Amino acid sequence: MEPFRRLDAVVACPLPLANVDTDQLIPARFMKQPRAAGYGGFLLHDLRFDTDGTSRGLALDDPAFAGARVLVARRNFGSGSSREAAVYALVDFGFRCVIAPSFGDIFASNAVNNGLLPARVDDAAAERLLGRTAAGHRVSIDLAERTIGCDGETIPFAVDDVWRTKLLNGWDDIDLTLSHTEAVRAFAAERAAMYPWSLPRDRG
Amino acid sequence: MTRSTTTRSTTPPPRTLFDKLWDSHAVVTREDGQTLLFVDRHFLHEGSHHAFAQLAARGAAVARPDLTFAVADHYVPTRGRPAIADDSVRAMVDRLAGNTAVHGIRLFGLDDPRQGIVHVVGPEQGLTLPGLVTVCGDSHTSTHGAFGTFAFGIGASEVAHVLITQTIWQRRPKRMRIRIDGTPAPGVGAKDMALTWIARLGADGAQGHAIEYAGSAVTGLSMEGRLTLCNLSIEGGGRCGMVAPDATTIAFLRGRPFAPEGAAFDRAAADWLALASDADAAFDTEVSFAGEEIVPVVTWGTSPQDALPIDAAVPDPDRIADPARASHVRDALAYMDLVPGRPLAEVAIDRVFIGSCTNSRIEDLRAAAAVLAGRSARVPGLVSPGSSLVKQQAEQEGLDRVFVAAGLEWRDSGCSMCVGMNGDQVPSGERCASTTNRNFKNRQGLGARTHLMSPAMVAAAAVAGRLADVRPLLAGRI
Repeated sequence: MEPFRRLDAVVACPLPLANVDTDQLIPARFMKQPRAAGYGGFLLHDLRFDTDGTSRGLALDDPAFAGARVLVARRNFGSGSSREAAVYALVDFGFRCVIAPSFGDIFASNAVNNGLLPARVDDAAAERLLGRTAAGHRVSIDLAERTIGCDGETIPFAVDDVWRTKLLNGWDDIDLTLSHTEAVRAFAAERAAMYPWSLPRDRG
Repeated sequence: MTRSTTTRSTTPPPRTLFDKLWDSHAVVTREDGQTLLFVDRHFLHEGSHHAFAQLAARGAAVARPDLTFAVADHYVPTRGRPAIADDSVRAMVDRLAGNTAVHGIRLFGLDDPRQGIVHVVGPEQGLTLPGLVTVCGDSHTSTHGAFGTFAFGIGASEVAHVLITQTIWQRRPKRMRIRIDGTPAPGVGAKDMALTWIARLGADGAQGHAIEYAGSAVTGLSMEGRLTLCNLSIEGGGRCGMVAPDATTIAFLRGRPFAPEGAAFDRAAADWLALASDADAAFDTEVSFAGEEIVPVVTWGTSPQDALPIDAAVPDPDRIADPARASHVRDALAYMDLVPGRPLAEVAIDRVFIGSCTNSRIEDLRAAAAVLAGRSARVPGLVSPGSSLVKQQAEQEGLDRVFVAAGLEWRDSGCSMCVGMNGDQVPSGERCASTTNRNFKNRQGLGARTHLMSPAMVAAAAVAGRLADVRPLLAGRI
């Protein structure tokens, strides 16, 4: 995975909504597609487009925000369904960071597994950033320092330490875990001996 | 010469149910607190195709196919089986069959008499047991916590990780106890309890927390009720939701096909009963409710937290002080086509749906049938039992005939109209009284308007043709 260090003066797109659930981020009907098809076009599809495909005028489709790398939203972003496709849609659209006051747990974990930074700020800071990005101000993100720069102000953001390290290094969990294979095998054997009921009874 | 001996206390600190589950599954704990947990059960469904693609890209094998179980539920049709008319839907069901066959994973497929919704099948088969760590690439995996298992939803990359390693990295969440004491009125149940706490704490009220449900109203619930309560934990943002194993849990599990049997079962039961939180264990957050204050609830908006008692009125955004909340309410009412101040019980509906991992178990179907017996539904609707075995049992009890006589369609089992992936959808602009878990915009179909409520309340809405209080309809029946 590509490491995430910083973003310098990138375009940021405002999405002034709370509780943007993963059903909104990618409607279920698109999830049959293989990832190779690219999920960017599905992002927030039913909020962005009328049934005949005309844009409803969200900032996401405004040429002024073309090439946006950062999305700013309100609280409880990515709640609901565990679909990782919601993150694929954001990443394939071009986003590397979402700034919001809070995130759905599963979404945030999925985001980090795909190199997308979930940056938490307080409600007031989110509102300021929504206003400034709507006015066209660009945003810089420094993950090592955990700061957002916008319109002359430096705003701190929160991200779990473990996730920060993982993103900074572009680490892949599976490689890391495979280095513990022997410990896992020993643990499983001991558990099966101590708690034989924990194994499903073999029904043949 | 005197000699002093120091006796060190060997009493371990009191622990919660969650702490006990966590501690007994920690393989590696890093300095930064990140912990590698062993996974006892991994459930898969059609959505696993992204994870299998990651496995294929690595050329990796499945570490423990014996602990991995797959069920076809998200895309399966609820009529006309085994044919699947839509090619892209059939491809999803076939892909699951292909992937599980290649990796030697047991599949409860479309043609298996045990097929059903993964969160119904796991408990029904005795695959879900107390004391386990259980994961599935589905947010409603919290359901299984009803048995006192740490069960949570994961994303596709994590599914691939579990397939390859049988473990998952987690940070220890905070612990929250939601206590509901007392006796709810007849016709009031687990769904009302869940929507009541979510309305009070908010859709992110339990974010970062492992929830334990406690109190006499909770322990008084059947396993079906506990499954509904734990299922909805994710709608309040919880990492998981659990109920400590007790006599009800053990009675439910005895004799289940994959559960231990004989002496092994008795040994297991003793271990399971020891999982309950220690009396003086500390929780990071405690919330309590009185059972008597829980009444039949319906949602009016586009988030599960938008719930009110059936005798309330549609909220008025102009009377809400918090501007962000007022803006959400305004937006939700526009989508739902509702007018502030109008009594909820006057809102006419177009159809009903009884089903989903939240409310499709035998007890849910009995509760709906108790209201519908001898009555007619004024609107069309579907009933999709939670599993093929629930369907069979309901038919033995004659419940299918009650639904059909009332004018509803009796279908096969699957996720169906909760998520609409199989084509069972609410037409645009229509209003559906639904036993499901999410009233998100477009969830049940593009432009669909969803009102969440209990199976008994959906049955009442079907009979009235509008949102309705079930309590008068139950007089003399329960």
